Amino acid sequence: MAFASSIRALGRSGLFALTVLRGSAPTRELFSELVREIYKIGARSLPIIVVGGAFVGLVLTLQGYRTLTTYGALDALPTLLGLSLYRELAPVLTALLFIGRAGSSIAAELGLMRATDQIKALELMAIDPVARAVAPRFWAAVLTVPLLTGIFIALAICAGWFEAVQVLGIDNGGFWSHLSANVDFWDDFGVSLLKAAIFGAIAALVAAYVGFNAEPTIEGTSVATTRAVVNASLLVLMFNFVISALLFN
Amino acid sequence: MPAESSPAVRLSGTRIDRGGRTILRDLDLVVPRGSIATVLGPSGSGKSTLLAALTGELQVAAGTVEVLGAPVPAGSRALLEMRKNLGVLLQGNGLLTDLSTAENVALPLRAHARLPEPVLQRLVRMKLHAVGLLAAADAWPRELSGGMARRVALARAIALDPPLMLYDEPLTGLDPIASGVIMSLIKRLNDTLGLTSIIVSHHVHETLPICDQAVVIANGGIVFAGTPAQLQDSTDPLVRQFLLGEPDGPIPFDAPVRNYGQEAA
Repeated sequence: MAFASSIRALGRSGLFALTVLRGSAPTRELFSELVREIYKIGARSLPIIVVGGAFVGLVLTLQGYRTLTTYGALDALPTLLGLSLYRELAPVLTALLFIGRAGSSIAAELGLMRATDQIKALELMAIDPVARAVAPRFWAAVLTVPLLTGIFIALAICAGWFEAVQVLGIDNGGFWSHLSANVDFWDDFGVSLLKAAIFGAIAALVAAYVGFNAEPTIEGTSVATTRAVVNASLLVLMFNFVISALLFN
Repeated sequence: MPAESSPAVRLSGTRIDRGGRTILRDLDLVVPRGSIATVLGPSGSGKSTLLAALTGELQVAAGTVEVLGAPVPAGSRALLEMRKNLGVLLQGNGLLTDLSTAENVALPLRAHARLPEPVLQRLVRMKLHAVGLLAAADAWPRELSGGMARRVALARAIALDPPLMLYDEPLTGLDPIASGVIMSLIKRLNDTLGLTSIIVSHHVHETLPICDQAVVIANGGIVFAGTPAQLQDSTDPLVRQFLLGEPDGPIPFDAPVRNYGQEAA
């Protein structure tokens, strides 16, 4: 029974994703809503991404310095910092921070729209509620998570450089030359952005699905918010493994 | 029968189920065009369920429901087309909280009428003027009182000049003055715009003076249908109990016993 209901839920999620794509016709309304959502869920997530990126860069540099010094491989520190950030940490951590900040808000907003009859009102006005309320949030997430990931990486690298060069005394020229020699723009940075876009889509779809189908009560909204964060985080971690396994052999 | 000469709403032998239970059965009702019908009944009697069947949210289990001369369709696209001819005032108003008052009223116009922006803005102002809230055009829904929010929702519901208006508990949560304003607006809009209105409510004394037809729903079916005067003169103990608000009578105080185990199965 549990298996059957899981398959049913999976089917419903797939149909919901198709409905979102069908409701994404490029109209003036969609564009204006999209700009508003990019500000709401993208720009407002900047502080947490900036702070998160900086501290991840600092701690990665510190741990890398200690470990690599033991083996006399300190030159590899910028490579370690770059590859681990670009390939894994930046897209995953950005997506997890995004889910906590914006995914929960998408689920809560849609849950409250359901509880306060806003979705029903749209349906009764013959307006597709998915096109009006979900599609702009979905595309805003797909566009902003890669941008936030780029900012996360920039802050982490800058913080790592500051600690490695200014505090730990590593050569400035060596830091940048090792980083640029061992990190590929397309294979590493490109893949990072691709992963981020997929994670953004997963985060927005999961959050929107549970919020849109929440019980029309305050408790239902609260349950949907929790479920959005938990389910989206787990899916991002699982998909990250699958994509890494496929892309990096 | 041509659609124009058909009644606004016709129910024939209709049965409506919800959650595996029969809520209303053997419904026969005709609402002529241009009239105001009030559907009265105690809380939980199935008034909103009847409204859900008229808007196509619920498909009937038996019988037929015709709205504006055509059966309520089952397909989602046909349903959207039908709903363009309906104005619905919800009990919870359903105003979009991220839009201003004027933008809420403009919403159906932007979605369904390709109008130049100045014309659209003028129409929005006319609708807001009709409900006496032109001054609140730039206000946000959270800044409005209950009565004002209901009037904005009313302005939005009439934005496309729908031939049929459905009001779900339009007086719930309103003070007597706001209730009077809403009822007078419903009557005025119905007469001036040539609409047909169906009001679902349990407020007997406020709704009866403006309606042409009164329908009482109780115990799973229609127990009375006639003019307000006939309703007042009715000697049916069930109707008398509802009109006078008596605790004892044919309408039971206790909720009916439900077999939860059987329903779950």
